[in-house]
Amino acid sequence: MSNENFEPKIVGFMCNWCSYRAADLAGSARIKYPPNVRIIRVMCSGRMDPAFVTKALSLGADGVMLAGCHPGECHYIDQNYKAMRRYHLLKHMLAALGVEDERVRLFWRSAAEGEQLAEAITEFVADIKKLGPLHWPDNWEESDERLEALEAIVKEHEEVMEVNS
Amino acid sequence: MSEGKAKGKLAVYWAASCGGCDISTLGIDTKILDVAEHFDIVMWPCAADGKVHDIEKMADGEIDVCLFNGGIRTSEQEYMAQLLRKKSKVLVAFGSCASEGCIPGLGNLNDKASCFKTVYHDSPSLDNPNGVEPQPVTEVPEGKLHLPVYYDTLKTLGQTVKVDYMLPGCPPESDRIWDAIVAILENKLPEPGSVIGSNTTVCDECPRKREEKKIKKFYRTWEIEVDPDRCLLEQGLLCAGIATRAGCGALCPQVNSPCIGCYGPNNGVEDHGMQLLSAVASVIDSEDPDEIDAIIKEGIPDPVGSFYRFSLAQSNLRRKNKAGV
Repeated sequence: MSNENFEPKIVGFMCNWCSYRAADLAGSARIKYPPNVRIIRVMCSGRMDPAFVTKALSLGADGVMLAGCHPGECHYIDQNYKAMRRYHLLKHMLAALGVEDERVRLFWRSAAEGEQLAEAITEFVADIKKLGPLHWPDNWEESDERLEALEAIVKEHEEVMEVNS
Repeated sequence: MSEGKAKGKLAVYWAASCGGCDISTLGIDTKILDVAEHFDIVMWPCAADGKVHDIEKMADGEIDVCLFNGGIRTSEQEYMAQLLRKKSKVLVAFGSCASEGCIPGLGNLNDKASCFKTVYHDSPSLDNPNGVEPQPVTEVPEGKLHLPVYYDTLKTLGQTVKVDYMLPGCPPESDRIWDAIVAILENKLPEPGSVIGSNTTVCDECPRKREEKKIKKFYRTWEIEVDPDRCLLEQGLLCAGIATRAGCGALCPQVNSPCIGCYGPNNGVEDHGMQLLSAVASVIDSEDPDEIDAIIKEGIPDPVGSFYRFSLAQSNLRRKNKAGV
């Protein structure tokens, strides 16, 4: 599945007080990292609904990155612990649904860790490139048999109607 | 209810479902005669006559209300969904299967090949020495015979055709069905596209005492003796009541059995399983990642069955990754 020209689409949810500022810091310090992550700012990692992750994957994301303040340093006291618990339960669910472990990851990055955030993004993008695309909506496609069968039903019923009338 | 008015036309249909919705509809008891007084029942495979070709001959929109239960698993069911959509003014996704996939939707953990392998080849009670499988087309001297094509993924009715209303529940409680029928007869239906039901959670109907939720260990019902007065989730039983629509009267928690979520999510929630997962995860009583992991892995061995028992097909991901089946 891996492809050298493959540029993964990655959605990143980052908290306002630490990780999003780390991304800002990486930018103002001109630290280079791959452009594949589309960052969405949320007020807190505790705001990251697990449904955001599955929605991103279902809309075609190849990976989802979550980032928040280090445990014990949350702006909202302990909400990042909720993020941690949800992350573990979500990963348990995603494993059961056949989503590879590497595709969703949680990082703790403080506002001072621009370089560490850039490293995390670089590493994450490399891992997803190695895995290849996810293309989740392909999972919902049925074989061509489906349309043929639907047409056959319509045709058959029309023939019966003609005989009856 | 209007008297002396021309009778409306009512159709009831089933697709991938167990028949429980029809039983629950008949559970409105003698009031079914009131229904017959106001409606000609043009089709109801479980309880009355009515042929597909009679429906096909009708004008578009000739049926006033169609109550459609069951998910869409085969081409024949998809055809019937399209046909009844075309012929009905109001199409109601009736019950959990039509609304969110329900138990048949858990088949989305497999695909056609793996379902057929179990049913036609691996089942211990099977006698199929030639490994025969149903074929969509069979040639016989008289012509071609068709069987419905079985899909890899069960779809909800709403993923197949436009649905006007949803009636939640597995099955919907008879009293709620009657409420819906009265709403239809009195022309008091809510906005199209909405769910016919209340918008509060099972917890609001549950008489148990709630204190603080902190869970160190999840239990299965047979593992503990349940305190009959205290919230089941607080006792470590995975109760879905916190994220599930009310309407049932909290029947299960009242008999010491945790809610399994059959009434689906409340208004505004896109993904019932994720909503429940989010709520349950946040009350785990630990701040250590390894301990959290251990509590989860030991206490919730089947995450899909625990959180998506009724709503896998309607969830964001809809099914298991085909590559991993």
